[in-house]
Amino acid sequence: MALPALSPALPEILLAVGAMALLMFGAFAGEKSSRTVSFGAMGLIAVAFLMLLVAPKYGTTFSGAYVLDPFARLMKLLALAGSGFAILMSLDFARREKFDRFEYPVLILLATVGMMVMISANDLISLYLGLELQSLALYVIAAIDRDNVRSTEAGLKYFVLGALSSGMLLYGASLTYGFTGHTDFAGIAAALKAHGSSLGIVFGIVFVLAGLAFKISAVPFHMWTPDVYEGAPTPVTTFFAGAPKIAAAALMVRVVIDGYGPIAKDWQQIVVFISIASMVLGAFAAIGQRNIKRLMAYSSIGHMGYALVGLAAGTQQGVESVILYVAIYLAMTLGTFACILAMRRKDGPVEDIGELAGLSRTSPVLAFLLAMLMFSLAGIPVLAGFFAKLYVFMAAVKAGLLGLAIVGALASVVGAFYYLRVIKIMYFDEPKPAFEPMPLELKVVLGLSGLFVLGYVLIANPIGTAATTAAASLF
Amino acid sequence: MNDLLSNYLPIAVFIGVAAVIGLALLIAPFAVAYKSPDPEKLSAYECGFNAFDDARMKFDVRFYLVSILFIIFDLEVAFLFPWATVFGDIGWFGFWSMMVFLGVLTIGFVYEWKKGALEWD
Repeated sequence: MALPALSPALPEILLAVGAMALLMFGAFAGEKSSRTVSFGAMGLIAVAFLMLLVAPKYGTTFSGAYVLDPFARLMKLLALAGSGFAILMSLDFARREKFDRFEYPVLILLATVGMMVMISANDLISLYLGLELQSLALYVIAAIDRDNVRSTEAGLKYFVLGALSSGMLLYGASLTYGFTGHTDFAGIAAALKAHGSSLGIVFGIVFVLAGLAFKISAVPFHMWTPDVYEGAPTPVTTFFAGAPKIAAAALMVRVVIDGYGPIAKDWQQIVVFISIASMVLGAFAAIGQRNIKRLMAYSSIGHMGYALVGLAAGTQQGVESVILYVAIYLAMTLGTFACILAMRRKDGPVEDIGELAGLSRTSPVLAFLLAMLMFSLAGIPVLAGFFAKLYVFMAAVKAGLLGLAIVGALASVVGAFYYLRVIKIMYFDEPKPAFEPMPLELKVVLGLSGLFVLGYVLIANPIGTAATTAAASLF
Repeated sequence: MNDLLSNYLPIAVFIGVAAVIGLALLIAPFAVAYKSPDPEKLSAYECGFNAFDDARMKFDVRFYLVSILFIIFDLEVAFLFPWATVFGDIGWFGFWSMMVFLGVLTIGFVYEWKKGALEWD
């Protein structure tokens, strides 16, 4: 057998080899090397990003198990951006909190390789391979602060529940294989087209979607999210909230559109259910939260519900709206977590929402940007988050899912309450002592995110075109 | 039917040979071994612990570490055997796939060695 074409997977190969080289470097240079390794990891991610941006080598390889198309390219660019910024935002935290393990950036790199395999997966085998590479790295990252009980608990919880979800996904994959005779998505789709749906197939879809819903923390598989977000160190939470969600959402889109496409009726009802459940739970459960990381956990559950609204439509416009939604969500999340990482006083980081009181007087710029991000997360017009919701609801209405769009709009009204409460605390409560000055890299991330959120109207066209091209490659 | 059964003949032979060797090794010591028992020798062998004790005792975490590190290389061998049997058919792609796999494992091994995971103390 000849060697397969490696060019579509070149960025992944670069990242994997680079991660191992950095691991060796870190192991021989000792703990002091964590900063160098972090910069090396960011450099590798930047190179991979540029390779995909400038000269993507479209095509399928590894016997059709691996595909790079415009959809995969765009999602990979987003995932790489999420990972790169997550490392950047951990630098200051690492210096101050004795969190300087060189394994951290290496694990992020390996998780990123896993995400890219997930996004490019065109076969149930490569799907599982990518998912596990990503998940195993994430379990370790969640527990990386291993002397801290809560971090260890977060890692253990994530691991046990993640292993369970992997098992469900594998069961679904084996049912799918058993009832269609194929593991590649094109083959599955062809078999489904020829023979239609059956009870076994529906069981398979339910299990596969349950496993994937766990990874994007959609209800009813969301239980791990608040505990892991709260327990893990904040830079880790930043990472968890961004890139892995994008990869899992991309994977979910590809599986249901490419693989189970011919029996859309069967998976649509499942996606509609988890979408509604996530939106509603995300809106109501966040109301009682006092910890900002827990609040963001419920917020991310809700946002994944909105993204799934677009997927439930099952149309090209729907996929386009999912891409736009996760892109905008990534920008908003990174900005919000830059603010959360900036919540630090002399005696360490604080996480209680009450600590933000009077921020508008102690640091007005930070308060303004955080307020804009909160407005955007709530979906207030002219900010990016509004357009994200608009796209998914429009796609759902066009596909005849009016009820779903209405439930989504109502849930976003309920959700607006807790975002607005954060703004109220910052602007109308008695000031608490000021936070420590914000490190430069967080300012850069927050600034970029703020610009994106505020100026989305101006750049909506080119981004929309990119998403249209990407979505078209799946149909 | 007879064909099918005769295919299993080697297994029956192996079972017979195994039974004979096993019994011989069990019985021979009664006849030929030198005996001087003491309590340590008579107690059941359990690696590193008292054999009859509370099952919920404190347990050195290093045992887990060693066993987990061992499993990696155990699995490596489990992959190498099937690879070796079809080596003639899989060509250079198969060869290099395994070399990459072994390379990744070696890097992991160097890492754990450098981190001191192989030291007992």
